[in-house]
Amino acid sequence: MVTVTPLEAELLELAGSVPDPELPVLTLRELGVVRAVHARGTDTVEVELTPTYTGCPALEAMSLDIERILREHGVREVTVRTVLAPAWTTDDITEEGRRKLREYGIAPPRARTSSGPVPVELGTTRTRGTPPTEDEPAPVPCPHCGSTETELLSRFSSTACKALRRCLACREPFDHFKEL
Amino acid sequence: MTTPSARDLPEDTTGDTAVTAAALALGDDALVLSHRLGEWAGNAPVLEEEVALANIALDLLGQARVLLSMAGDEDELAFLREERAFRNLQLVEQPNGDFAHTIARQLFFSAHQYRLYAELAAGDGPFAPLAAKAVKEVDYHRDHAEQWTLRLGDGTEESHTRMQRAVDALWRYTGEMFQPVEGVDVDWTGLETAWLEWTTQVLRRATLAVPDGPRTGAWTAGAGRQGLHTEPFGRMLAEMQHLHRSHPGASW
Repeated sequence: MVTVTPLEAELLELAGSVPDPELPVLTLRELGVVRAVHARGTDTVEVELTPTYTGCPALEAMSLDIERILREHGVREVTVRTVLAPAWTTDDITEEGRRKLREYGIAPPRARTSSGPVPVELGTTRTRGTPPTEDEPAPVPCPHCGSTETELLSRFSSTACKALRRCLACREPFDHFKEL
Repeated sequence: MTTPSARDLPEDTTGDTAVTAAALALGDDALVLSHRLGEWAGNAPVLEEEVALANIALDLLGQARVLLSMAGDEDELAFLREERAFRNLQLVEQPNGDFAHTIARQLFFSAHQYRLYAELAAGDGPFAPLAAKAVKEVDYHRDHAEQWTLRLGDGTEESHTRMQRAVDALWRYTGEMFQPVEGVDVDWTGLETAWLEWTTQVLRRATLAVPDGPRTGAWTAGAGRQGLHTEPFGRMLAEMQHLHRSHPGASW
């Protein structure tokens, strides 16, 4: 077991305070993508960052932001390394992160009970969610009015990590952070 | 940035040539299919599918970057190799055709890629970390293709006809997916059996006929792993590599 030094803990906190470039209401710590900070001496630091999706284009912006904030705090040399294992899941988003997503108008991912695909059914004009099953235990509540009567409009949305849904009660469309 | 040097297989860039060769094969599959799907941008039948295909392409591009980086410099490998040095399956280089063709290609490939990655993820080889990550993405791709196959196959007369035509046209490219790749330690026969079983039940549910044409042997295609590609691939590469080759070393 590797112990974390007070300096590393401080730098991890700093790196984690960087806002997500796509979802600026969330910090990288709340998103759960900053894995570790390793200090080599006092002015050389390696940060482990994990992508949400393998092709996530925000990864480079995240790396640059982490480098900048650590340099501003006196770290001379910062290396941000991408780590894939263990694979990130939406369960890595903190409770605070989920609350902020909801307030921002994005339905947070539900806690996963299985890694299976989300079953959906295609209608003539759009996709309807199927009734709750073992694989899909809970409905996706509307982040605006809280109604659980919502429908899937598009399985992919503005970013790879989201799907587009609409509330049947208040009729507002909203993004849903897909469970991964 | 890159220098224009790697025109052929970078056989000496890593210590393990089997891993390099395998990373190229799997990486090229992801890269080439990603490019094909990207060609739908601005042309997809509905906005939702425009976004869906672009997102699937993005997932594949992310996988390709990781895999090609295991084999050498990702930019050099993507933009400076000649056609004969690419190791992708002929299936993934097939032109988009109509939407049904693209969906059939997605159905066949993502069903295979899903099982392949699941098996790699369960092992402890060099591809396990990427596979564990990517298998969840591919699961969604496979589900997307399955839903569309059902919708088109069991849809209107026109959509059924087109979906059947696409399935029939691409069937002969599917045997190649199960040619063992050196450095990829999986049960290829088991993968093929599971693929065939799953694909058959999807096609049946979609009221489509399972093609009776051969998938391997005479009158089938498939030598992409050996660097032999179909005619449309050269044109695709020309477009994909044009900018990088025209402006070597350029950056934003």
